[in-house]
Amino acid sequence: MARQVFAYIIHKDGIADDTALEMIAAAGKIDPDASVTAVVAGAGSELASVCNEVASSFAEVWKIDNQALAYVNAEMLRPMLVRILPERGIVLIPHDHFGMDLAPGLSIKLDAAYLPDAVDFEGIDEGKLKAVREEHTGQVSTHVLSDISEGAVITIRPGSFKAEESKSSEGNVVDKTAEAMEGGLLGGARRFLEIVEAEVGDVDITKSDILVSVGRGIEDEDNMEIVFDLAEAMGGDVSCSRPIVDAKWLEKSRQVGTSGQTVKPKVYMALGISGAFQHVGSLKGSPFVIAINKNPRAPIFQVADVGIVDDILDFIPELTDRINDLKSA
Amino acid sequence: MEILVCIKRVPDTSENEIEVNRDGTDIERDDLVYSVNEWDNYAVEEAIQIRDKVGGSVTVVSVGDEEAEEVLRRQMAMGADKGVLLSDDAFEGSDGKGLATILKAEVEKGNYDLILTGAQADDGAGQVGGMLAAMLDWPCASLVNFIEVVDDKKIKVGREIAGGNQEMYEVDLPCVLSIQTGINEPRYVGIRGIRKVASIKIPVHGTGDLGIAPEAVGEPGAKTKRLDYFVPELGEGAEILEGSTDEIIDKLIEFLKAKGGIK
Ligand SMILES: Cc1cc2nc3c(=O)[nH]c(=O)nc-3n(C[C@H](O)[C@H](O)[C@H](O)COP(=O)(O)OP(=O)(O)OC[C@H]3O[C@@H](n4cnc5c(N)ncnc54)[C@H](O)[C@@H]3O)c2cc1C
Ligand SMILES: Nc1ncnc2c1ncn2[C@@H]1O[C@H](COP(=O)(O)O)[C@@H](O)[C@H]1O
Repeated sequence: MARQVFAYIIHKDGIADDTALEMIAAAGKIDPDASVTAVVAGAGSELASVCNEVASSFAEVWKIDNQALAYVNAEMLRPMLVRILPERGIVLIPHDHFGMDLAPGLSIKLDAAYLPDAVDFEGIDEGKLKAVREEHTGQVSTHVLSDISEGAVITIRPGSFKAEESKSSEGNVVDKTAEAMEGGLLGGARRFLEIVEAEVGDVDITKSDILVSVGRGIEDEDNMEIVFDLAEAMGGDVSCSRPIVDAKWLEKSRQVGTSGQTVKPKVYMALGISGAFQHVGSLKGSPFVIAINKNPRAPIFQVADVGIVDDILDFIPELTDRINDLKSA
Repeated sequence: MEILVCIKRVPDTSENEIEVNRDGTDIERDDLVYSVNEWDNYAVEEAIQIRDKVGGSVTVVSVGDEEAEEVLRRQMAMGADKGVLLSDDAFEGSDGKGLATILKAEVEKGNYDLILTGAQADDGAGQVGGMLAAMLDWPCASLVNFIEVVDDKKIKVGREIAGGNQEMYEVDLPCVLSIQTGINEPRYVGIRGIRKVASIKIPVHGTGDLGIAPEAVGEPGAKTKRLDYFVPELGEGAEILEGSTDEIIDKLIEFLKAKGGIK
């Protein structure tokens, strides 16, 4: 019998996230014969349009339509999924802020194996799935073996599986709301209040052509000056990785990454940034990436076009001087 | 408020180059600098701040070998009131569910209102907090970057989502929260502070004390197991510029000019 794989669809403003198609590719790598069902939760017309959209690439679409899910709260959704998912199913969920909220607890409630943040699959042998993960912010990879014979919840790293040109399908939309609601609404111990929007900063890094981006390798707040000097010489703006914002050396609006901004510059200079997927995943539009890092094994060198293995504290001032010389010549 | 914070001792990635050992069974552990997991440090700071505001106590707990004692002590120097080490040969090789099972047993020995974990640790899984909450049947929120105690029955939390935005929730106590970096500014811990707590005894609990069946945890209980470590062959990677600094800068400036990197 073909393995049953379910893909939980994340959506916003009535449009499915890119990960929807990536999960079809991921399911195909787990088992080429798998039948893949999209699971979509939400409310009203937005939900309906997402269902329509995904029905063109999934053979079957399960929808859960309830006003309580107009803003999807993972704590309320989880018990509904437990009611509708069959035993021994395999559930794929994107490893983003929503998936991280939903998935670990779901695996417990389904009594299924949990395999977090998979970046690749290398086949199934006797009910055991071989997968690739990363550890230590991507400095090393691991193979893991997960016993999925009694079901599994697997989170998929966004961007790791190439979405196939959608095989057109005319998926059946099945309304699972009644089944999901049987016994009433649970998860009321966590109540959604509101969204607080990010503050707007003084520069909009999403519009910059040249970004000089700084990470923890800068070591000290006093050293930030050399980064601004370089950016000025190049005619670019300063952006950063998360630890710089956590340390309050720069404002949040300058953070590049999944919990910060998605940027699309022409040139991106990564200074003392290791290259975690939450950072580099938000570089769009194929910029020319230059990485400077003292660790030759830093994962940023895998996504960079040009790399320099050096101490940024020495290298940056010299580079700035040379650019300034060039401009005044 | 009785608060339990789960902490893990991990190699400090900002201090170390992590390498795979010769046969791929582990990372090269000699000479590694270890510290408390970055996210857990924020969690402990947050717990201390809550306790200082509303009263109660902060307990730090870690599953690990005797070396984990060092991070428990460090977090006690920071201001946690108590430390507990959960250690047993049977715990070795536990997957996330195994760890959550062990931690749950310790939680049930106490009377906690709030459990904090880090959003993720060195293996990047982000699983233990959510699993622990599901096992306890307590509400949970992950990636929390704001906490406000409303009263002794509920708290208000912010969850970090995409684009720097934040979801706000009201959550009933007891609950489990996984803490995101940046929620506070963790205080500095000096050598002196560590000396002060050096002689405090840290209790160690094993399977017997916790009433855990050894086969439910560790390697035997794990559904997801690590097979090996490796360094992936990922395409070509960057063209590494070599030579003297001057030569490197010459080449780099050519690239910058060609790609529009100098305005
Ligand atoms: C849910 C979630 C969301 C996240 N969102 C984001 C996000 O939006 N953006 C983001 O950036 N991160 C995000 N992160 C964090 C991410 O996982 C990494 O922890 C972070 O990107 C690491 O930042 P970094 O590269 O600056 O620091 P590190 O990983 O500590 O790397 C520092 C680098 O600097 C190098 N270095 C040190 N000193 C020097 C020197 N003197 N000269 C040259 N090189 C040096 C080191 O070799 C190392 O490679 C998120 C994490 C989670 C769990
Ligand atoms: N061995 C451990 N002992 C105590 N807490 C742990 C342990 N491993 C993980 N945790 C907690 O779970 C969080 C998430 O880790 P993980 O699920 O491994 O990514 C960590 O930040 C810790 O709070």
